[in-house]
Amino acid sequence: MGLRWLGWAVVAAVALALPQVLPLYFTHLVLLTMIYGLSAMSLDLLAGYTGLTSFGHAAYFGAAAYTVGILTTQHRVPPALAFPAGVAAAAALAAVYGLLATRAVGVYFLIITLALGMGTWGLAYRWSSVTGGDNGLPGIPPLELGLPWSTSDPKHLYYLILVIFCLAAFLLYRLVRSPFGLSLRGIRESEGRMRMLGYNTWLHRYVAFVVAGTFAGLAGSLYAFYNRFVSPPDLHIAASAEAVLMVILGGAGTLFGPLVGAGIVVFLRNLVSAYTHRWMLILGVVFVLTVMYAPQGVAGGARALWARWRGRAVTPPVAGPGKEPVAER
Amino acid sequence: MTEALRVEDVHTYYGDSYVLQGVSLRVAPGQLVAVLGRNGVGKTTLIRSVVGFTPPRSGRIRLRGTDITHLPSHVIARMGVGLVPQGRRIFPSLTVEENLVVAARPDSGDAWTLGRVYELFPRLRERAHHRGNKLSGGEQQMLAIARALMTNPTLLLMDEPSEGLAPKLVLDLAETLVRLKERGLSILMVEQNLPLALRLADYVYVMSKGTVVFEGTPDELRRAEGVRQRYLGV
Repeated sequence: MGLRWLGWAVVAAVALALPQVLPLYFTHLVLLTMIYGLSAMSLDLLAGYTGLTSFGHAAYFGAAAYTVGILTTQHRVPPALAFPAGVAAAAALAAVYGLLATRAVGVYFLIITLALGMGTWGLAYRWSSVTGGDNGLPGIPPLELGLPWSTSDPKHLYYLILVIFCLAAFLLYRLVRSPFGLSLRGIRESEGRMRMLGYNTWLHRYVAFVVAGTFAGLAGSLYAFYNRFVSPPDLHIAASAEAVLMVILGGAGTLFGPLVGAGIVVFLRNLVSAYTHRWMLILGVVFVLTVMYAPQGVAGGARALWARWRGRAVTPPVAGPGKEPVAER
Repeated sequence: MTEALRVEDVHTYYGDSYVLQGVSLRVAPGQLVAVLGRNGVGKTTLIRSVVGFTPPRSGRIRLRGTDITHLPSHVIARMGVGLVPQGRRIFPSLTVEENLVVAARPDSGDAWTLGRVYELFPRLRERAHHRGNKLSGGEQQMLAIARALMTNPTLLLMDEPSEGLAPKLVLDLAETLVRLKERGLSILMVEQNLPLALRLADYVYVMSKGTVVFEGTPDELRRAEGVRQRYLGV
């Protein structure tokens, strides 16, 4: 498995070097990719691993971001406290919403999460005395955690967010590889069979829901301190849909695929929109092509190619050069 | 001696359709009991009623004397009921080993471990890292049985285990069931394969239109030609 370690070493080196070599603008895009990527990865726990597609994931992201915004701008709570408070608020919201949503599965689950997400957006939009309504909450302070260096420098913030992202990604990775993660995949395949193996499948779905909401909240807290401004579009249904898009683009059930999906969306939105207002059209084309030619997403497609390439390396094709060797199954 | 399973006058509905119209049966400890009948007579519904997927509207189901009629399925499973579902429904995207490990619970006893299940089905050890959907029908059947065993059941429910299997594999299945019975497992098997049931079962029930129309030993069923012709078509 030397190759795998080499791969990780390259990824780590690139991640560490990025802000030193990239223009500042691109550093920002990578930061956004990590933040939205974490949210999309948490959604993958539900949509990809458990088979529960939530269309209201921005609610937890937004709840955390708004909690940070309200606490820091209106109550002068220090960032070191507001940050975990945002995560806790998202976890609490997911714990309540989860009780309603996980009673259903399939399209009903989707509709309930969508409705809850819209309700949360409505709250942010209408409860203007607390949330600032359509104006949002400007003036969130930078993420000062009492560290010896200042995070108002984007490079420093980059490294801080990189560390938090890596810790969160590691936790999610361990989770999907744990017996609990295996039980979620079992529920995705067949809930009835899992019940007959003695699993309280509702409880497992509920825990997955709360964990996913909590990690989305972590992304939301990071976002609030990064963007230093939150407003209703951050928890609008369009943001929820975008998270689903990232998961599908990157590959549902691959955990790191949605990070790639988030990168595609963030870079397309920011780079293509410099040339045309019709960047949504480009994104739409990318989405359609992905679904048609790589239905398992970018990561799933890459994995299949890798398996095919390895299959070729191990067993050279017996047939003529025109024939494809059968991919490893 | 309390029965491994006792079904008392069970009536089960799917919405308005009246499927089980008063079914009673018993499985003594260590017995293999077969329920025979044509398609659509309620055999699968009987299994679904026992495991709580479609709880009966009236009647009682007891497991070793304990009433399990309206318990949730996962509680029934933890009380020692293992199900081998119809059509060998394994987890297609999990590997063979994952299919087995996901079924193992630390609190369920250690009569059946991964190693012991592999001893019973050496073929599964060879295929441990293949995905469920890459297995042959016979291998899937082994996996479905092995998965149920990993929960360390005292009662095994089997819904048409021989369905769609080649004759050679049906013989292997019969051999497996004999070995499981030797280990003291109680088995309730729903079947359409009369020779298999007659060969293995200690006691046989024949169902028609949601009721039990015959019960007796395999020898009694062999002699009851009228019942066989009328309800089983042989």
